[in-house]
Amino acid sequence: MTTDLTRLSAAQMAEQLASGAITSVELTQAHLDRIAAVDGAVHAYLHVDAEGALATAREVDELRARGEQLHPLAGVPIAIKDIMTTTGLPTTAGSRMLEGWIPPYDATVVARIKAARLPILGKTNMDEFAMGSSTEHSAYGPSHNPWDLDRIPGGSGGGSSSVLASFQAPLATGTDTGGSIRQPAAVTATVGTKPTYGGVSRYGLIALASSLDQGGPCGRTVLDTALLHELMAGHDPLDSTSIDQPVPPVVEAARSGDVAGLRIGIVKELTGDAYQPGVQANFDAAVAALTAAGAEVVEVSCPHFQYALAAYYLILPSEASSNLARFDAMRYGLRVPPADVALPSAEQVMASSREAGFGEEVKRRIIIGTYALSSGYYDAYYGQAQKVRTLIARDFEQAFTQADVLVSPTAPTTAFRLGEKLDDPMAMYLNDIATIPANLAGIPGMSVPSGLAAEDGLPTGLQVLAPAMADDRLYLVGAALERMLQEQWGGPLLDRVPEPTQLSKEG
Amino acid sequence: MSTNAIQPVLDYDEVLESFDPVMGLEVHVELSTHTKMFCGCPTDFGAEPNTQVCPVCLGLPGALPVVNAVGVESVIRIGLALNCQIASWCRFARKNYFYPDMPKNFQTSQYDEPIAFDGYLDVEIPSRTGDGVEVFRVEIERAHMEEDTGKSLHVGGSTGRIQGADYSLLDYNRAGIPLIEIVTKPVRGAGERMPEVAKAYVAAVRELMVALDVSDARMEQGSMRCDANVSLMPKGSAQLGTRTETKNVNSLRSVERAVRYEMMRQGAILADGGTVRQETRHWHEDTGVTTAGREKSDAEDYRYFPEPDLIPIATTTEQVEALRATLPEPPGLRRKRLQGEWGYSDREMGDVVSAGAVDLIDASVAAGATPAASRKWWTGEVARRANADGKELGDYALTPAFVAELDSLVRSGRLNDSMARQVMEGVLAQEGSPTEVADARGLELVQDDSALEAAVDAVLADNAAIADKVRGGKVQAAGALIGQVMKATKGQADAAQVRALILSRLGVEG
Repeated sequence: MTTDLTRLSAAQMAEQLASGAITSVELTQAHLDRIAAVDGAVHAYLHVDAEGALATAREVDELRARGEQLHPLAGVPIAIKDIMTTTGLPTTAGSRMLEGWIPPYDATVVARIKAARLPILGKTNMDEFAMGSSTEHSAYGPSHNPWDLDRIPGGSGGGSSSVLASFQAPLATGTDTGGSIRQPAAVTATVGTKPTYGGVSRYGLIALASSLDQGGPCGRTVLDTALLHELMAGHDPLDSTSIDQPVPPVVEAARSGDVAGLRIGIVKELTGDAYQPGVQANFDAAVAALTAAGAEVVEVSCPHFQYALAAYYLILPSEASSNLARFDAMRYGLRVPPADVALPSAEQVMASSREAGFGEEVKRRIIIGTYALSSGYYDAYYGQAQKVRTLIARDFEQAFTQADVLVSPTAPTTAFRLGEKLDDPMAMYLNDIATIPANLAGIPGMSVPSGLAAEDGLPTGLQVLAPAMADDRLYLVGAALERMLQEQWGGPLLDRVPEPTQLSKEG
Repeated sequence: MSTNAIQPVLDYDEVLESFDPVMGLEVHVELSTHTKMFCGCPTDFGAEPNTQVCPVCLGLPGALPVVNAVGVESVIRIGLALNCQIASWCRFARKNYFYPDMPKNFQTSQYDEPIAFDGYLDVEIPSRTGDGVEVFRVEIERAHMEEDTGKSLHVGGSTGRIQGADYSLLDYNRAGIPLIEIVTKPVRGAGERMPEVAKAYVAAVRELMVALDVSDARMEQGSMRCDANVSLMPKGSAQLGTRTETKNVNSLRSVERAVRYEMMRQGAILADGGTVRQETRHWHEDTGVTTAGREKSDAEDYRYFPEPDLIPIATTTEQVEALRATLPEPPGLRRKRLQGEWGYSDREMGDVVSAGAVDLIDASVAAGATPAASRKWWTGEVARRANADGKELGDYALTPAFVAELDSLVRSGRLNDSMARQVMEGVLAQEGSPTEVADARGLELVQDDSALEAAVDAVLADNAAIADKVRGGKVQAAGALIGQVMKATKGQADAAQVRALILSRLGVEG
């Protein structure tokens, strides 16, 4: 076989594995070779587990040779965001604090992936504890957008998005607290879904903000993403907030892509001047394409979205300040005794370790959250933010009486340059303006490629939102759009991504 | 005013002349569920350190809690037994503070939405006249669920506390064990009886936990702990005084002593024109004083917020009523009923209660012993030993079945009283059942009438003078003869039978 196996979709890989055209060892080795060739430039992986991946691949090949019944994705390699615990593999969440920590247990999602025998290639880079929109807050250096190595691959899941866009893995996992799956997908021309809150187990996902965090699938095609979604999702008794209902028929929807008669709502508050012209233009063209496919388009208003960002940046830091309290150097992780104290107390060791182990953005949010929860301020900040959250959920409820799904651009701009917004937290936070409302309301959302912006030639994304537990509708719309736009483009956008090694940029 | 080595105290009577005490008690009860509150780890006491732990109770990154349903049922039953309202909807909350024995650096607890609230518990204290009891109603503010912390062992330094220790060892076996916190409303109006009310309340809570079978509630093992908040109000004032919170109160006796001590210590400060500092204090059982711990100011901020990792607990009326149907008879009512059934005097019942023997006597009577014999055995030697050893009656080899067996041996005439006491010693020494002990030790009354008659005749022949006195009507003189017969038979005769034989031989009416 002379074709580059890494260019196949996960669904195609699965078919060829099943037919015996390729082996999982060949497929896994092709990805390991690809990683060796390009990840020096992209820096998408924090840890690569060649040995473990090949061991799983060999096992799959042997089982298949014996005619054993295997999961459809068995043998298809995958990359895991470094926020998910993996037995025997380092798990840092992009933080110095957890450098060298090897978890003694698997996240439920990881356990399911292992049970289905997908070779795990490695752990992907991310903003520290998922706080950021660019991976620039990773303690281990940023990942680079394969479309332009000087630009950000999105965040926090920029490792997973750039792994996909540089063909270093066909599938990757993500977590989305305010857009960390969807915004990276948008700026790399990949696909990413934030499932309904409770749809995918959070057990073993290092918590940023418990009431907002949701694990989800990342892929290069809508069908691949659906296949991974189906594998990751489902009730988990280890997560109290996990929903005990059947997984919505996402794969069926992704194969169908029939949007005839579907009511598509354009959220008035998520379009307009705040969006880069090319982003808006591609969005409008995508909506036109959906209309042409038989969808009915309506405009809806969600008046409280204007408060979403403010509420989000109170709720998230509040929960994060508590979730990150456990990193105290007493049981695991980094331990840095104070330099100038002979016999430091436990409290002093905690303080100096946290000072040394956390990055600036993490400290900023811990301080904000601690303040927002303090007695005397709680009602004005955390309490008010929770009320806004309720109002946003009601906005969605109202909107979903008029439309079956809602759409908007995923992010206001295409990928910005590394360093461009690093010193301006507010500018960075505004990246998530369109993605945050779904997290506040717990509803599912997806980003699918909508084209390249005319002005800079960089990818743009369209966001689809659906009511809770109607995740399948995301895949209907996503698949329809993918099919029509690829016809226009003459193939996937990612066929046009430059080869990272051709560029001189390093590190 | 008298002074002890550490701090001045005011004479107790003088305290009461000028002040009214106000008290609030927080009792923590460890539930005896098989698994922890938020994970599946076992809860056995005394296991090797850090062997009953998992990612959840160690607070590892990514781990999530799941509520123990038995724990929730237990707290609802406790709430109902404390005459509380049960919330139809409530949430857990995070109480945030840093301490090495708390794996997540927040405690999963409840804050402004406790599962049980607004109840009361009637407690009994001995009446002033000394016979009978007075009932004092303690109002309950709330009962809520939370998780225990790990245990710190501070090594080095002199105090065993974290300050000054060389290093500390941490055992997380206890981390995550279900705890119920029961908080009283301010208790007022008990005056000089306040320390007794404190003790009686904690004793009543303890009794209730055992009756509900939700906890072994053993203060010496830490499965029940009490913090006592005490303040003094100048007489005639409506303004509450500054309170202190005394911790480390690990026995019923300590509860009473600690409250009393704090009243006297605060009294001395206030009488001297000083102000009481709002602080946590530590009770020292050995010296009988409290010492200052960390200052507890209003600045302490736990940043409570609803626990987002747990869904709210919704309880239906049907569920509550189903649990109410499982409640045992309230201990106070049960005691009254049993006292009547057993025919004990108030004093006898009081002894039985303070010995912790009610359940054991109930079981002994059920096993066939008479109430009188049951009381005698359970409040006798074994109670003396338990008191001396700081143990409970149930910690010894004596069982209700053995008490019934021993009583039956006595009533059938095989053993007399002094032999029965020897058998009891053997049982307590773990020599076996009463029958086994009696057999092994060769204890048996002389049943052979001819042997006994011979012994009686010999004694009468040797003591003709005394025998004449008895014949002449001085029946009480027979005591000396009985004693000699008992001596001759090495105590293996029934004294009553001997007496009857002697009198009949001498032709005297018994």
